[in-house]
Amino acid sequence: MSDIEHVAGYPASRMEPSPPARRLLPRNRLISMATVAAVIALWSIATRLQLVSPVFLPSPLAVARKFVDVSVNGFSDATLWQHTVASLSRVFAALALAVVTAVPLGVLIGLNPTARAIADPLIEFYRPVPPLAYLPLIVIWCGIGEPSKILLIWLAIFAPLTISTQQGVRRVKQSRLRGAQALGATRWQLVRYIVVPSAAADVLTGIRVSLGVGWSVLVAAELIAATRGLGFMIQSAAQFLVTDVVIMGIIVIALIAGLFEWGLRYLQRVLVPWEGHA
Amino acid sequence: MIRIDSLSVAFDTPRGPHTVLSELDLVLRDGSFTVVLGPSGCGKTTLLNAVAGFVPPSAGAVSIDGNTVTGPGSDRGMVFQDDALLPWQNVEQNIGFGLVLAGMPKAQQRVTVGALLDLTGLTAYARYPLWKISGGMRQRVGLARALAVDPRFLLLDEPLGALDSSTRLKMQEYLLTLWKRCGKGMVMITHDISEALFMATDLVLKRANPGRIASVQWLDFGERFVAGETSRAIKADPAFLRLRDDIESQIFADEEALP
Repeated sequence: MSDIEHVAGYPASRMEPSPPARRLLPRNRLISMATVAAVIALWSIATRLQLVSPVFLPSPLAVARKFVDVSVNGFSDATLWQHTVASLSRVFAALALAVVTAVPLGVLIGLNPTARAIADPLIEFYRPVPPLAYLPLIVIWCGIGEPSKILLIWLAIFAPLTISTQQGVRRVKQSRLRGAQALGATRWQLVRYIVVPSAAADVLTGIRVSLGVGWSVLVAAELIAATRGLGFMIQSAAQFLVTDVVIMGIIVIALIAGLFEWGLRYLQRVLVPWEGHA
Repeated sequence: MIRIDSLSVAFDTPRGPHTVLSELDLVLRDGSFTVVLGPSGCGKTTLLNAVAGFVPPSAGAVSIDGNTVTGPGSDRGMVFQDDALLPWQNVEQNIGFGLVLAGMPKAQQRVTVGALLDLTGLTAYARYPLWKISGGMRQRVGLARALAVDPRFLLLDEPLGALDSSTRLKMQEYLLTLWKRCGKGMVMITHDISEALFMATDLVLKRANPGRIASVQWLDFGERFVAGETSRAIKADPAFLRLRDDIESQIFADEEALP
């Protein structure tokens, strides 16, 4: 709950004290779960009443069965697990590449105005261009192999990660720097002991955002003659109108994205526990 | 001894240079507790920053033991109001930070940090993260961190400004005790008149536009506290009250009236 909601809710909770026994799940969580249940119920009813042809909208049960079927027997020459691993390895390869390139560059342009002046126009030029727009150029230059897909995702991640790192570096509290200088810190020590740890929180937020972006660009990357991957699976299923696989693939992609978000929030709590305090 | 010789500091603004300090002379004696008091905007913090070496003088110079100050250094420790401590380090790591920067061997670090934890009464909290200790404790960590590298002077930039009033009074007494025990020269900025009178051996009264020194007075209220008199008795002393009234009227005379 945000502070504002908390404050707004305060007088009410003062007048009618909440029951002392703690509920198993918070109220808002229950409402969210009810929403999901309602959508699935509506979906079931619509397919049961044959409101839409099953070719366009298969029942939830059919999608669930397809999930098991593709997990065991596979679709387009690979099981669901193999498709997922192919997609995940592309995203993580691109992310790893982005972390080792964008974070140092972000630190550099955050510290050095000249470096910022050099890098700014390049980053700002391509950042607003949708990755699908420069995909054809990547194919012309690098072919349709694995490197093109990783390159596309890397480019999509690179700009937001550089920018959030740079922001983190520039937000470093002056008193922290001065305090360390008065203890005798050299310029390099300031970067190592003050600037980089100060920026860590923003870098992690940047990685969280980038992972979302990278995962979205993945489907586009897998349109380039892939033979495996969740994006490819959906794409080839769509060509044969196997709608249940399409829906199942979309749900799997959404669940994995949710898992990323949750995992990185957990990582943030563990790695930068001081954010949100003091 | 820190000497400030006809120090001027001006900042460039869109409307031309703005003079914050103008031809200021001051001597900060070894072992003194110098308090700089003045209305907001009189350049108190700029003066401290110039002594620390964060702000270069536009004219004149600051020197410590005859050596001209050209930048920050570990001979002048700094303690800030908003803590400049590092939240990713725990209490003892923060205190030992200056020793790590200086490359001191681990075993020696432990001894120094242990002694400082003892001096600041934080031994039981050595492993605590900073957000689990109170504001007063964090200020003591800041003091211990500055003392760890054994500076000649401690520069305190409104160190008690963010504390609640009762913690503030306790910290005033603690600072005086610490000052006597460690024997360092202290330079403190404050805008609290009672605090300044209670703690200063050398009270520097500043005046704004441009920043000059109005007066320097030698006081003994802090010494009397260290010698055993209670702070309550000192603050009820007619001499203390008279001085406070004097200074209050001087500062208010300088301040612009609110509309």
